[in-house]
Amino acid sequence: MLKILVERWRQGHRTSRFPKEAPVLPDRFRGLPIIDASRCPDGCRACAEACPTDASTVDSAGPKVDLGRCLFCTDCVQACPTGAISHSPEYRLAANTREALVVRSGDPIPVHALEQRLLRLFGRSLKLRQVSAGGCNGCESDVNVLATLVFDLGRFGIQVVASPRHADGLLVTGPVTENMKLALQKAYDALTPPKIVIAVGACAISGGPFLDHPEVHNGVSSTVPVDLFIPGCPPHPYTILDGLLRLVGQLEARPSPSAQSTQP
Amino acid sequence: MSTQWFTLRNSSPVPTESIPHIPFADFRQDVVRAPGRNRRVIALFGRPAGAAIQLFGVLASDRDGILEAASTIVEGNSFPSMTPECPQVHLFERELAEQWGLVPDGHPWCKPVRFHRAYRPVPDAWGRPDSEPLVVGVADFYRVEGDEIHEVAVGPIHAGVIEPGHFRFQCHGEHVFHLEISLGYQHRGIERTLGDGPSKRTIHHMETLAGDTTVGHTSAYCQALEGLAQCRPSARALALRGVALELERLANHTGDLGALAGDIGYLPTASFCGRLRGDFLNMTALLCGSRFGRGLIRPGGVGFDVDPARISQLRERLESTYKDVQGAAKLLWQTGSVQARFEDVGKVSSETAQELGLVGPAARACGLRRDVRTHHPTGIFQFVHIPISTLHTGDVFARAFLRWLEIERSVVFLRNQLQELPAGPARVPCPALRPDHFCVSLVEGWRGELCHVAVTNPQGRLATYKVIDASFHNWAGLAMALRDQQVSDFPICNKSFNLSYCGHDL
Repeated sequence: MLKILVERWRQGHRTSRFPKEAPVLPDRFRGLPIIDASRCPDGCRACAEACPTDASTVDSAGPKVDLGRCLFCTDCVQACPTGAISHSPEYRLAANTREALVVRSGDPIPVHALEQRLLRLFGRSLKLRQVSAGGCNGCESDVNVLATLVFDLGRFGIQVVASPRHADGLLVTGPVTENMKLALQKAYDALTPPKIVIAVGACAISGGPFLDHPEVHNGVSSTVPVDLFIPGCPPHPYTILDGLLRLVGQLEARPSPSAQSTQP
Repeated sequence: MSTQWFTLRNSSPVPTESIPHIPFADFRQDVVRAPGRNRRVIALFGRPAGAAIQLFGVLASDRDGILEAASTIVEGNSFPSMTPECPQVHLFERELAEQWGLVPDGHPWCKPVRFHRAYRPVPDAWGRPDSEPLVVGVADFYRVEGDEIHEVAVGPIHAGVIEPGHFRFQCHGEHVFHLEISLGYQHRGIERTLGDGPSKRTIHHMETLAGDTTVGHTSAYCQALEGLAQCRPSARALALRGVALELERLANHTGDLGALAGDIGYLPTASFCGRLRGDFLNMTALLCGSRFGRGLIRPGGVGFDVDPARISQLRERLESTYKDVQGAAKLLWQTGSVQARFEDVGKVSSETAQELGLVGPAARACGLRRDVRTHHPTGIFQFVHIPISTLHTGDVFARAFLRWLEIERSVVFLRNQLQELPAGPARVPCPALRPDHFCVSLVEGWRGELCHVAVTNPQGRLATYKVIDASFHNWAGLAMALRDQQVSDFPICNKSFNLSYCGHDL
C-alpha cells in the first residue's frame, strides 16, 4: 500500500485541464486542411489524382476536401506543385451533417448541440455503447484512451457502458463490414429511444480506405442514422472529445481553445 | 525431401521461376516433416493457375536464419489435409478451403475463417447454397455433451471498446472444457484488392491492416517493395524505422500491462499505464504527427526526418516515461495478490506452442526462442542486436513479465539509436518492381511475426500479395490457454495475448 502511495505521489496528477486549457498537440499534427485556391494552376488536378479515397476533388471553384473521406495523409500535400494545400493544427473537426464536412477554406466547422429535448436528457449524462464494425483498432484505441486519467471522460458525465440496454447512444467505428451490419443494427435496435449515433473516423463516416470494397457498406449511415461525424484516421482523442462535448452542449458558452504545438 | 525447396532470405526476392515446382505428394511430405526438421510453416497460400490452384509454401529455419519456398499444383477441389500430421497449418488449410474451395480432406477442424464466398466459381467448401445469404458465425461449433454442461456465448460485440469476435465456451459450472473462437466480423477484403498493385490506396491498406501495428505492417510492406525494386533506403531511414517499431512495441506492451492490471482490479498500474501508453504514442506523433505512425514508413525510407532538437526532445520524453513505466510495472511484480492471480493461469505448454506454431511474446513466454529481429534480421537489426527474452511457464504471468523484459530491452535500443542516428536522406526514390519475382518479408511486430509475401506479374505489378499477422498463428494459442480454466480467467488470458481481430480478418 505504501509503495502505491509513494508511486502515486511521484507520478503526480496528470489529468489535462481541457477544455479550460488548450490541448498540446505535436507540431506535425495534421488537422483541418487549408486550401489556397488562388495558387492553383489552371486545370491542375494533382491533389485529386493523388488522393487515395477521392476526398480531394477539384471543381470550377477550386479544390475542396471531404473530411469524411480524408485520411489526413500527406498524399495531396506532396502532389501539389504550388503548395496550395496544407494541414493546419485545427483539431476541432466534428460536424452534425455529412455536407458540413466538405471544406474549401480553413474555417472551423460549426457543431450544433443536440436539440433542447435531447440536451435535457443527455447534456449532463451521456452513456454510450461502442461498436467496432470493421475498425482497425486505431479509432478504438483513441476512443478507449478517453477513459484514461489523462482525458477522464467521466468528469464530463460521458461514459462508455457495457450494454446497449444501458446506453443513450452508439459510438461506432469502422466501415461497417458486411459481417458486422446485422450486429450493428441489433445494437441500435436494443437502445431505448430517444437515441443518438456518433460515427468516429473516416471508415465510419464514408468507408475510409475501404470505400467501395464489396465487403463493406461505406460507413454507419448505410445502416443507422448518424447525429455526429468525427473525422480522422484515426481522429486525435481531443478531436473526439471536442466533438462529444459540443454535441452535449458543454462547450457552447466557451468554445474549445485552439491547440498549442509542442516545439521540438 | 526439402533439399528441393529453394533457400531464400528475409526480404531478398528471387525470380518466381526459381521456386521449385514439385509434385503435391512431395510438397505435402515436406510440409508435414518441417517441424521435425526445426522449421516452421510461415506461409501457405494459393493462387489460381488456370483451372487449378498453385500452392506456395514458405518454411522458416530460425536456427539458420533462412527461409525455404516451394510450390505445387492442386487439381480438383480437394487435397489430403496436412493438419493431422502438422497442426500449425490448420488455419492456412481452412483459408484455402474458404478462398479457393479446396477442401482439405481429413482436416479435423475445417470451418470457415472469415465468412466470405470463394474467390473463384467453385462449389462452396461447406456446401452453403449460393442462393442464400452467407451468415457470419454460423458454423459447426464443437460441443461438449452431458448433464449440467452449459455453453457461454460472447460476442461479436463485447463489453469494452474492442473489436468484434465470437467466443463460445463449453463449461461445467465455472470450469471451461473448451473455448472456440470464431472470427471474420472484421473482414474488409483487403488482400483481394492488393492484386495489380501497388495502387494509391495500398500503403493506406497496409497502415490499417491492424491499426495498432501500423509501423510493423508498413515496414514489412516497404521491405518487400524495396527488395523487389532493388531500392536501398539510407541507414538513417532504417534506423528511424527501427525507432518507430520499438516505440510501437513500448506503447502496446505498456498498455497491455495496464490492461492486465485493470482486469484483476489492480488500479494503480492500470491508471499509470493507461497514460504511459499514450505518452509512447505521442512520441511516435512527435516523429510524424500521428500517434499510430501513419505517414511515417514509406517505400524508399521514411516520410519524416528528424532534426537534433526533435531527437533531444524524444530522448528526454523516453527517459521520463520509462521511469514512470518502471514504477508502474514494479508495483505489479512487488504485489503478492497480483502474482497470485497471474501465476498458473492460462498455461500453454511449450509443446503446444511448438505444434501450433505460435509466434511473438506468446511463444517466447513458453520458452520458444523465435524473434525475427534476431533470426531473420533486416534493416537496423542487421547491425544492432536486441537480445531475445524468454520465460518458461507459459502462463499469464510469463506473458506479462515477458512484456516488461521486452520493454527494458527496447528502451536500451532506443537510447543507443537516438544517441547517434546515422546520416543520410530520409527517403530515396523507389523504382519499378522487378517482374516475375517472389519476395518474403518478415518483421517482428509487437504481437510477433508479421509475414508478407509479394509475387509480381510480368508487368512488374503485384500479382499476389499475402499478409499473415501474428494473430493468425496465435488465436489458437488463446483457445488452448483457456482449457481447464475458469470462465472468469478469460479476460486476463485474452489480455495476456491481446491479439488482433482485423489483422486476422484482413
